[in-house]
Amino acid sequence: MKNIFAVAGVVIRELYRRKDFYVLFIVTILICLVMASVNIFNDDKIVRYLKEICLLLIWISSLVIAITTTARQIPAERENRTLLPLLAKPLTRNQLIFGKFLGCWLACGLVLICFYTFFGALAASREHQWPLPDYFQAATLHWFMLGIIVAMALLGSLVFAAPSSNSTICFVVVGGILLVGRHLDQVALTLSEPSRGIALAIYYAIPHLEFFDTRDLVIHNWPLIHWEYFGLAILYALVYTAVFLAGACLVFRRKAVN
Amino acid sequence: MATILKTDKLRVEYRSREMRQTAKVALAGLDLEVHAGEVFGFLGPNGAGKTTTMNVLLGFVQPTGGAASLFGIDVRQPIARQRIGYLPELTYYYKFLTAEELLRFYAKIFGLPRGEADKRIDQLLKLVELESARKRPIKSYSKGMQQRVGLAQALINNPNLLVLDEPTSGLDPLGRMKVREIIQRLKNEGKTVFFSSHELGEVETVCDRVAIIHQGELKVVGRVDEIKKSRHATLEQAFLEIIGFQTQPAP
Repeated sequence: MKNIFAVAGVVIRELYRRKDFYVLFIVTILICLVMASVNIFNDDKIVRYLKEICLLLIWISSLVIAITTTARQIPAERENRTLLPLLAKPLTRNQLIFGKFLGCWLACGLVLICFYTFFGALAASREHQWPLPDYFQAATLHWFMLGIIVAMALLGSLVFAAPSSNSTICFVVVGGILLVGRHLDQVALTLSEPSRGIALAIYYAIPHLEFFDTRDLVIHNWPLIHWEYFGLAILYALVYTAVFLAGACLVFRRKAVN
Repeated sequence: MATILKTDKLRVEYRSREMRQTAKVALAGLDLEVHAGEVFGFLGPNGAGKTTTMNVLLGFVQPTGGAASLFGIDVRQPIARQRIGYLPELTYYYKFLTAEELLRFYAKIFGLPRGEADKRIDQLLKLVELESARKRPIKSYSKGMQQRVGLAQALINNPNLLVLDEPTSGLDPLGRMKVREIIQRLKNEGKTVFFSSHELGEVETVCDRVAIIHQGELKVVGRVDEIKKSRHATLEQAFLEIIGFQTQPAP
């Protein structure tokens, strides 16, 4: 485990020494503060729109950070040739993959803490309440969803040649799943075979990231998700994360390092 | 004298992905032995198989045939690499880290306790003359400084065998001299150094023995002065003759 934590530590250090996070965080703060300072149509429920915009920006920022940070990890190690001295040490390829995953995922967790703290403060300034269990559920599900995406981007970084192509494909896949993933089964019913079978196979194979999107619950102050369902969603995320990580380990084992 | 590094009829073939293309033979039955405490130069023109040999020794490439061992342990077993240090050619270390952080990271991988790691880092930064720059990010380092921090990372575990792949590549004369001095000091400490280089003058200065390979085959192995004496030539002339290069007479 010490090797995995050592690799993860370098990834986290990289995140807080790069400008990506700060730029996205400051942009989110600025947009939200500007939106909060205006009162459109004297709507007393304007805070809901404000929360919706803020959460949308948090989701976009977290996806950008998760995908871009992960996509460059292994390619940068190869390009800078740091992979060679690293693997010449008593560090296995699997440990490197798990270390990179853990580093990116923990880094995403730290990013989410910053973003959700700001979100909570912004919402509290208008609603004068801190529904901490709601925020805990929303942020935790969000974080575990990012775990699936980080593992997927890590696998992609070993399959696709360039980090940019991997990032683009990951954004398209994640966007596609979030926007149309939940409707694929209904689309399949309107198709004839074999398209129907293919659409259904895709529907059952993809990780349904929309399960983790609890923005509406936070925006409208709906009741908490039952903890059993919350636990099942976490388990679902862990299974998909494990599948992608196992794939990454298998691909990396066969990959030439030089 | 104990044998630290040994290859026995080592063969590596790279298969082409294209159809009807024959496999490229990178190493064709290489036999080498490096003994404890010697500085061994591994010479050959580009594409001769030097880096492939190192890649097999470090477990990056699986041999097609033959065997290779470090400290008597098959190189396919990761434990064989516990007591080695490796400096690859032209590596750009994590530019967002400082030299101290980089060395601490590698020390963690070797499982060095905090106190021991601190002591070792201080010693190594002194050895490679980077004490004053230890808190500066690596991105601000010159090429020579980066190479020296690379040498420090290769020594973090106090290895018995040091594998250096063209350690002075791309360095100015001062940088080369400093790296050469460090190799000399390591030799005086009784370390075994196995290194490849194109700098024959440097090889002549620091190596006890050299091996010259060409097209994956071992052409000659022996002491530098013996090779020069047997061919009545400088090391450079002997090297060119061994690899079959015809020198033009001076006008």
